[in-house]
Amino acid sequence: MNIQQSLRLALKSLASSKMRSFLTMLGIIIGVAAVIIIVSLMSSLTNYVISTFEDMGANLITVNISGRGGNRSVSPEEMQMLALEHPDIIGYISPSLSVRVAAKVGNNNVTLQATGVNEFYDEIKQQTLQAGRSLSFSDVDARSKNCVIGTYLVKELFDGANPLGQTLTVNGFDFTVVGVLEETGNSTASGGDNVLLLPYTTAKQLTGSNVNTYSVSAKTKDTIDATNALLESFLLEKFDSDDYYTLIDQAAIIEELNKLIGMMTTMLVGIAAVSLLVGGIGVMNIMLVSVTERTREIGIRKSLGATPWDILGQFLVEACVTSGIGGLLGIALGMGGGSVIAGLIGIPFTLSVSSILIAFSVSAAIGIGFGFFPARKASRLNPIDALRYD
Amino acid sequence: MITLTDVYKIYSDGDSEIHALDGISLHVGKGEFVAIVGSSGSGKSTCMNIIGCLDVPTSGTYQLDGTDVSTMHEKELAHIRNQRLGFVFQQYNLIPKLNIVENVELPLLYRGISSSERRKMAMEALDRVGIADRAKKLPAQLSGGQQQRVSIARALAGRPPVILADEPTGALDSRTGREVLDFMKKLNVDGTTVVLITHDNSIAAEIPRVIRIYDGKITSDERREDLL
Repeated sequence: MNIQQSLRLALKSLASSKMRSFLTMLGIIIGVAAVIIIVSLMSSLTNYVISTFEDMGANLITVNISGRGGNRSVSPEEMQMLALEHPDIIGYISPSLSVRVAAKVGNNNVTLQATGVNEFYDEIKQQTLQAGRSLSFSDVDARSKNCVIGTYLVKELFDGANPLGQTLTVNGFDFTVVGVLEETGNSTASGGDNVLLLPYTTAKQLTGSNVNTYSVSAKTKDTIDATNALLESFLLEKFDSDDYYTLIDQAAIIEELNKLIGMMTTMLVGIAAVSLLVGGIGVMNIMLVSVTERTREIGIRKSLGATPWDILGQFLVEACVTSGIGGLLGIALGMGGGSVIAGLIGIPFTLSVSSILIAFSVSAAIGIGFGFFPARKASRLNPIDALRYD
Repeated sequence: MITLTDVYKIYSDGDSEIHALDGISLHVGKGEFVAIVGSSGSGKSTCMNIIGCLDVPTSGTYQLDGTDVSTMHEKELAHIRNQRLGFVFQQYNLIPKLNIVENVELPLLYRGISSSERRKMAMEALDRVGIADRAKKLPAQLSGGQQQRVSIARALAGRPPVILADEPTGALDSRTGREVLDFMKKLNVDGTTVVLITHDNSIAAEIPRVIRIYDGKITSDERREDLL
């Protein structure tokens, strides 16, 4: 008996008890779908997180200086010198001086974290302007009271009206809005659009504190490590100890996140694999019942000249077809379910092709593995006993 | 065609041994029509299983069509059953979910014959038993007599040299039983060796050679020339 005949026979046998066949497949369907949904959603999530971080500046390194008393801080001028000395490694350096401020326009109030920066900040953060201009060197040099704001502030303070050239009161001082940043995402208080950028020289006057945070961009992705090393040696020389500063590398954060998501994926796939295993046991259970029910048929086939191999093949193919069809349905369910869930969460859906291949081959392997024992039982039946079986 | 030489079949049941066949020797020539008659427990079923290559003797030899099959393995026995034997059972033993022609095709399927050739041979066999018009029906849609004819068609579809019938009329009323018996006779006239197992003396009375078995031994072997 060749494979084509076996396949036809198996399909016929499955079609003769549709409800049972479907319920048997259900375990496989759910298992395969679960694996695909989990792997695809996790890879969608990974892509989303990485692209979000990359939007924030993939080559970004943040320098935090805790200092060691008044004199031992690093001035913006010193940092700028470092950048100028290594133009092929370091891209830009900008102070990033956080100031808690109350911003006010008319009766509208917002309390937020303003950031004192220089003219390179937009370049480092890879952000573009919707309208107006960036802060310039002369703004920084003249300690001007100009500012650039995010769309959240346009909405909250200016009620959506054009803010360019308008006055914004920050901690009681009047500032002029010279630019509006491009919207990055959802304009909420916790989102990336709740931004107020001031010249760092002006911000320094508002707080009276020194600049202790710098944003540094590497020239390219490939010089991130070199930039890190450069900053490290520069700061170590400055402070004689690495206790007084920290370097936060955006790429390292992404890597850590990737590792974390990878671990979660492995764990979740493990759980989904258990349901595949349970599905496989379901297939084996039904195949055993089927062998018992069809003992007489097996006896008849043997008396007509079916070899043990023929019988083994027949039941094995049937188990494989069951789990194969279950696997295909599971793939369809996994793809559909995954994209629906991704839509609900609000992340772009990335289909994991490898998970489809793996899930399908696992379900086929389950057919062979769990179908083998019942099939061998059938092939070893004694034809005389099988013929007499009622 | 069939030669059993000093065949024993012994089942051990704990300490005691049961001699289902206790030294049987017989020879059936090509083209003979033989009835093996015995009451239940006489060993006739065991004898039938051995002749049908469903079982092998504990000792002694069995030659079928010149081949010694008494020491064969399951796989080789399956091939012998497929090529040289056709079975007709008391309970017809058709597979319920296959239609008539598919049932008849089964032995040809295991012989590896192509599907178009299979269909042709099966239809010829159905035609011989006169129910080719029911080819697409399921066994349950046919009467007992018709089902038995299907099983005869299945037995002869592969044109085996020997047909073994185990109480073929046992489940039928006397009229359809007679039809089936007449059909077996016709097969025999066409040249097939037929071995029929029965406990029914009225059937045995119509068969040219009757071998009686009692307690695993042959008690008589009579030929009736007038029925040849």
